[in-house]
Amino acid sequence: MFDGWTWNLDGWIIVAGILCAVAASLLGNFLVLRRLSMLGDAISHAVLPGLAAAFLLTGTRDSIPMFLGAAAVGVLTALVSEWIRGYGKVDEGAAMGVVFTGLFALGLIVIVQAADRVDLDPGCVLYGAIELTPLDTVSVAGWQVPRVVAVLSVVLLVNLIVVVVFFKELKISSFDPALAMSLGINARAMHYLLMTLVAVTAVASFETVGSILVVAMFVVPAATAHLCTDRLGVMILISALVAATAAVFGHAGAVVIPQSVGYHSTTTAGMMAVAAGACFTVALLFAPRYGVIARWVRRRALSLSILAEDLLAVLFRAEERQTRDFPRDGAGLRDTLQTGATATRAALFWLRRRGDLQLGTAGYDLTDQGRQRARRLIRSHRLWERYLVEAGGVGGTHLHENAEQLEHFTDEALRRQLADETASPNVDPHGRPIPPE
Amino acid sequence: MSRSQERSATKIAIAALFVLLTLMVTSQSARAGESSSITDRSVDWPTWEQWRRVLLVEDYNTRLVLAGTTLLGFAAGAVGSFTLLRKRSLMGDALSHATLPGIGLAFVLATLTGGDGKSLAVLLAGATLSALCGLAVILVIRNATRIKEDAALGIVLSVFFGAGVAVLGVAQQMRTGHAAGLEGFIYGKTASMVPLDAQLIGLAAAVVTIGCLLLFKEFKLLCFDESFAASRGYPVVALDVALMVLVVAVMIIGLQAVGLILMIALMVVPACAARFWTERMAVMTIAAAGIGAASCFAGAAMSALLPRLPSGAMIVVVATIVFVLSMLFAPARGLIARAVRRMRLESKVRRQHLLRAMYERLEARGTPPRPDQRDESLPVPFDELLPVRSWTAKELRSCIRRAERQELLRLASDDSVRLSPAGCREAIKDVHHHRLWELYLIKYADVAPSQVDRDADAIEHVLDAGMIAELESLVQEQVARRRIAPSPHDLADPEQSA
Repeated sequence: MFDGWTWNLDGWIIVAGILCAVAASLLGNFLVLRRLSMLGDAISHAVLPGLAAAFLLTGTRDSIPMFLGAAAVGVLTALVSEWIRGYGKVDEGAAMGVVFTGLFALGLIVIVQAADRVDLDPGCVLYGAIELTPLDTVSVAGWQVPRVVAVLSVVLLVNLIVVVVFFKELKISSFDPALAMSLGINARAMHYLLMTLVAVTAVASFETVGSILVVAMFVVPAATAHLCTDRLGVMILISALVAATAAVFGHAGAVVIPQSVGYHSTTTAGMMAVAAGACFTVALLFAPRYGVIARWVRRRALSLSILAEDLLAVLFRAEERQTRDFPRDGAGLRDTLQTGATATRAALFWLRRRGDLQLGTAGYDLTDQGRQRARRLIRSHRLWERYLVEAGGVGGTHLHENAEQLEHFTDEALRRQLADETASPNVDPHGRPIPPE
Repeated sequence: MSRSQERSATKIAIAALFVLLTLMVTSQSARAGESSSITDRSVDWPTWEQWRRVLLVEDYNTRLVLAGTTLLGFAAGAVGSFTLLRKRSLMGDALSHATLPGIGLAFVLATLTGGDGKSLAVLLAGATLSALCGLAVILVIRNATRIKEDAALGIVLSVFFGAGVAVLGVAQQMRTGHAAGLEGFIYGKTASMVPLDAQLIGLAAAVVTIGCLLLFKEFKLLCFDESFAASRGYPVVALDVALMVLVVAVMIIGLQAVGLILMIALMVVPACAARFWTERMAVMTIAAAGIGAASCFAGAAMSALLPRLPSGAMIVVVATIVFVLSMLFAPARGLIARAVRRMRLESKVRRQHLLRAMYERLEARGTPPRPDQRDESLPVPFDELLPVRSWTAKELRSCIRRAERQELLRLASDDSVRLSPAGCREAIKDVHHHRLWELYLIKYADVAPSQVDRDADAIEHVLDAGMIAELESLVQEQVARRRIAPSPHDLADPEQSA
């Protein structure tokens, strides 16, 4: 399965991928929270004139001037977008769109103007060459380490230190810049620090995952983590974990999947983005609180419990009015409440299991326990009606509808409070008795 | 200088120019052979002949490119004005990147089934389907989870593009079909536009224009108040999807003709530029379409005229220049216009503060100015005005000078200030407004009398006539019309309070 998998090569590729992914995801949390997710994309396109200018000024493709030029333009992109947003009152995304397309076009013109002499392919800026990682090595403390790994380790370390040291400041200024300012934290300086780090990380990552795919590591792990937790510290940890996982499985997928259909490996950087997307999909579906499935189940459970309470209330009212021919079988109850067959059957089944209902000759009957439960519900309903009339001035048809919604979310303490507010009445506004607790 | 001298000077100048031009041309042609320095970027200026050819669109190819890009700019600008107001400007960015996996898969499938993997119809179909998938994913993420729109765009952009790169990585290994250059599909080549491209663009532009015209009212409502539209029974989701489908239509057609970055720019920049000029939706849409078309025409024409200027990049640069100019100089919302308006307001506020300070000083002495005053008021020494507010002596002096120019008051030689009759009337009006608002705050907003001065300070300058009339009727029992109520709080002697 892992034909041609050599740890000396693939191991370094994975290490480079993990370093880049984690470095980007650390900052990505703050970008996602500040709704600046598209900034990575904007910077990745905008650095072109920086690269071109650095090349034209120095005449070499030496990486240090190129890096400085690109990072400078990256920071400039963030600043100018922010400036246009603030002073021009332009939407955030649109401001970024204006800046990065303009800069990209400028860079393209400069490159084409100097096309005869310049060997600077915009394509090679946009696509990383992570597969070439192991070929270019430097010696660090006697070890032969790929240059990319050395560079990205430094970037990761810097990001980590900044995030740990300025955790509180970044957190407050991301959630509430005004509060941050009032606490004496310079939110603007934090913003610029973050933007600088984003630009540096983006530019440093071009060599590994390709500029457009840096966006994946800026956004996707952080968004995944955002679905899983409400705590920023936990969110950062989860996002780093997701990023690392995506890097490992992305490379494995790039090697294994094409082999299974008879081709050589495909682009690792692309597959890393896809793996991150897969992580996001899993979180989207299965996250415990904010996942689609969890939310669906919670909604179903709530509507089922409301339906069950409505069933009890209907039977209680029938007993109260002593309606003899009230249909008490499943179909009759369904018609009365206008609900679906499956939902009614499930609610009735659940009520019988809980011992609130028993099956009699003419249909369902309330047990003592069920009657007690229903009485409390009716009490809530009629107290609410009373309260709404007296305190809220609500009348007419809205009265019943409002009370019908509120009754399901009213506990004993609230009932007591309602009774106090309405001077413990005995009848509701329609003249029906309010049952005791 | 005699006439003959003048003529010979002209001759010398022309000759010098000619020599210079010849030198430039020869050095250019000489340089073409050798490898010259990289900093040399001299531009070959076009001849009159070339100008004429481009401007009168005589060349078939130029005509094609100009017509195609201009129509594209028109359509993209119109659609962009809606997406801008929906705060979805970067939707085009995300969706254009999301076309890549569709292009790759369409190629692979067509090649595997023995078809032509690079036929335009196949690739367009793949790109469209893929972009629509991306759109659906964005809407699902946005509507079904707590993830915000911008992150949804980022996710779709990066994951789809990554998938596309991975698919192309496999497609390029296929023995048949020659996948090389497939990714070029989304980078576009404006200069080599073929008639089919121009026809497609024309068609898409027509569809988009008609769509925008037919659904203009609905889109407008969608942009400004989505929930109101829903409450009036408009199918909001369907309209949203319709708008996005128009975006996808323009984008896919434009993408392969002019490239990704240019398409993003055309969707965003003209609309942003147009926004500075107007507050009316219809005007903005037309302006955005016009700016889009004009920048495309100008950019493409410049590219045809001057060598080595890629037309796509030139169009973006022209549009960006229009944006910058609009942002600075547009009268409605431009930076300069807004700054001027703010400065005018600030100067008015300072003037009213000065006049009110004058009135209150005079009033404290028991000699308030009267509305029917025919001569100057009594003098108030400068030193007495200075502690009234937190203004520096320099600020106060410049404020006095400005009011002097408007003949509201006069700074006498003994460094005291006197109100002119016009200044008296102005001061009475300002004090009237201030105290009306104070009384209103005390009576209706339960603000303590010791607090109202500062609150009224913030609002008194922006009260219009209707508001004043309303205030007067509200606090009428306390204020007889045209008369000034006494201040509801102590007008503390600044000397003592300081």
